[in-house]
Amino acid sequence: MIRFSVLVSLTRMLRNIGHGFSNRILRLGAGARLFGLTLIYSGESFRRFHLTIREVYFTGVMSLIIVLVSAFFVGMVLALQGYYTLQKYGSSEAIGVLVALSLIRELGPVVTALLFAGRAGTAITAEIGLMKATEQLAAMEMMAVSPIARVIAPRFWAGVIAMPVLAALFSMVGILGGYIVAVPLIGVDAGAFWSQMQANVDWRLDIVNGVIKSIVFGVACTMIALFEGYDAPPTAEGVSRATTRTVVTSSLAILGLDFVLTSFMISM
Amino acid sequence: MTVNTAAQNIVEINNLSFGYKGRLLHQGINMVFLRGKVVAIMGGSGTGKTTLLRLIGGQLKPSKGEARVEGQVVHHQSRDGIYKLRRKMGMLFQQGALFTDLSVYENVAFPLREHTNLPESMIHDLVLMKLNAVGLRGAHKLMPTELSGGMARRVSLARAIALDPDIIMYDEPFAGLDPISMGVICDLIRTLNDALGATSIIVSHDVKETFAIADYVYFVANGVVAAEGTPDDLRNSTLPFVHQFVHGEKDGPVPFHYAAGDYAQDLLGFENTRQGA
Repeated sequence: MIRFSVLVSLTRMLRNIGHGFSNRILRLGAGARLFGLTLIYSGESFRRFHLTIREVYFTGVMSLIIVLVSAFFVGMVLALQGYYTLQKYGSSEAIGVLVALSLIRELGPVVTALLFAGRAGTAITAEIGLMKATEQLAAMEMMAVSPIARVIAPRFWAGVIAMPVLAALFSMVGILGGYIVAVPLIGVDAGAFWSQMQANVDWRLDIVNGVIKSIVFGVACTMIALFEGYDAPPTAEGVSRATTRTVVTSSLAILGLDFVLTSFMISM
Repeated sequence: MTVNTAAQNIVEINNLSFGYKGRLLHQGINMVFLRGKVVAIMGGSGTGKTTLLRLIGGQLKPSKGEARVEGQVVHHQSRDGIYKLRRKMGMLFQQGALFTDLSVYENVAFPLREHTNLPESMIHDLVLMKLNAVGLRGAHKLMPTELSGGMARRVSLARAIALDPDIIMYDEPFAGLDPISMGVICDLIRTLNDALGATSIIVSHDVKETFAIADYVYFVANGVVAAEGTPDDLRNSTLPFVHQFVHGEKDGPVPFHYAAGDYAQDLLGFENTRQGA
């Protein structure tokens, strides 16, 4: 009898694992399909570019405060930690390079993307999910207007445009934060701070690669947020779960993609 | 309905079956919607009335049979073909489905902006005319969150008739409204249908209001058309299901209790009931 119940539990467990796995594959396929459709319908949304501009305001401009404030503190902490280590080796003048490279190569794109997923990504998912729950997307369909062209594509391109700009602003404000801690507070020479930064930050290897990363993160974050909203069950619980999934999936995707992109860029 | 020439039937549902998740919702349904008439589809909750509207609008595909609009099989159309058919349709959703980020004016202007190249001055006049027809011209600056349920549905109706459609579909237009709003919507459906020369398809379970304006009524139960006729025919029907529905009786062919096992056994078998829950 006990053996039988163990067998039943084992079968149930295997079935659940299989169901969960196939469900994830199906969702991945549905996400890829939505991504493809978004690209196909992009032309239609580009013709009415004011829709994309409006979304750049909601996703990009509205995320500015949190991104800039975070950048300022991240830059200050970087300068403090960097100075603490560098002074042991007598190279505290290199603090400018350390702050700039850390921000431009890694922290700028990654932290901005994580903040973007938390601020704009969740807003996008909740908005699309609620539009679905209140039949606004169905109403649009019934009016012979494609929700993908009218709602999804403008938000997607807004995210892709906003992310590199936000990441660039993050790096700039972060460097400013680092400067304030390193130069006026700690007393590092201002000339050394800026000149070492200028001499060691490479346009293609550092800045272009940072921009590429932030564009890739923009595509991933925005698409995840849009898909989760579009796929959310039309209930309060469904929208709430979709919003949570947006943050979790986006964060993991950002960190995973960061590793892949960094290894690719270094090997190049 | 007895008159069945193709030219007069703006919408036809022929031997249509539809199901999902292993459950067959409709089994071989036949319906005809005559041009210029107000036709109601009635039935209890969960009988697939709204699904029929979605099948007519091409949002769902039948598993068997067909829905025809103006002689064209809806689910055989390409995306462009379906969109072309939908431009002849207007739909009023149960909760209005107004775009919450747009004002009342912009909601009504939405289909005009999407499907026409009319100058802004003409869009302005058309929007105000449509809003005037539903009595809400004065509310054109309000946002959807500032509207009552009845007002939201009237704005949604103005949006549905913005392009002067041939077919107007109403999904539970009276649900959750106070008696005054219900009367207003009821009157608007009939008046707009006659003024626009459109065909109205109403999905509802509100007997009094629907019977007051419908020319013909279909009753859907257990996946089939259980009865059909004019409101007077159905009011006097001796069919047990129709009698129970029209007179709102608690018990009859539609049981009060959801199918369940033995009552005493459920009460005594606490653990079993919990596991099932």
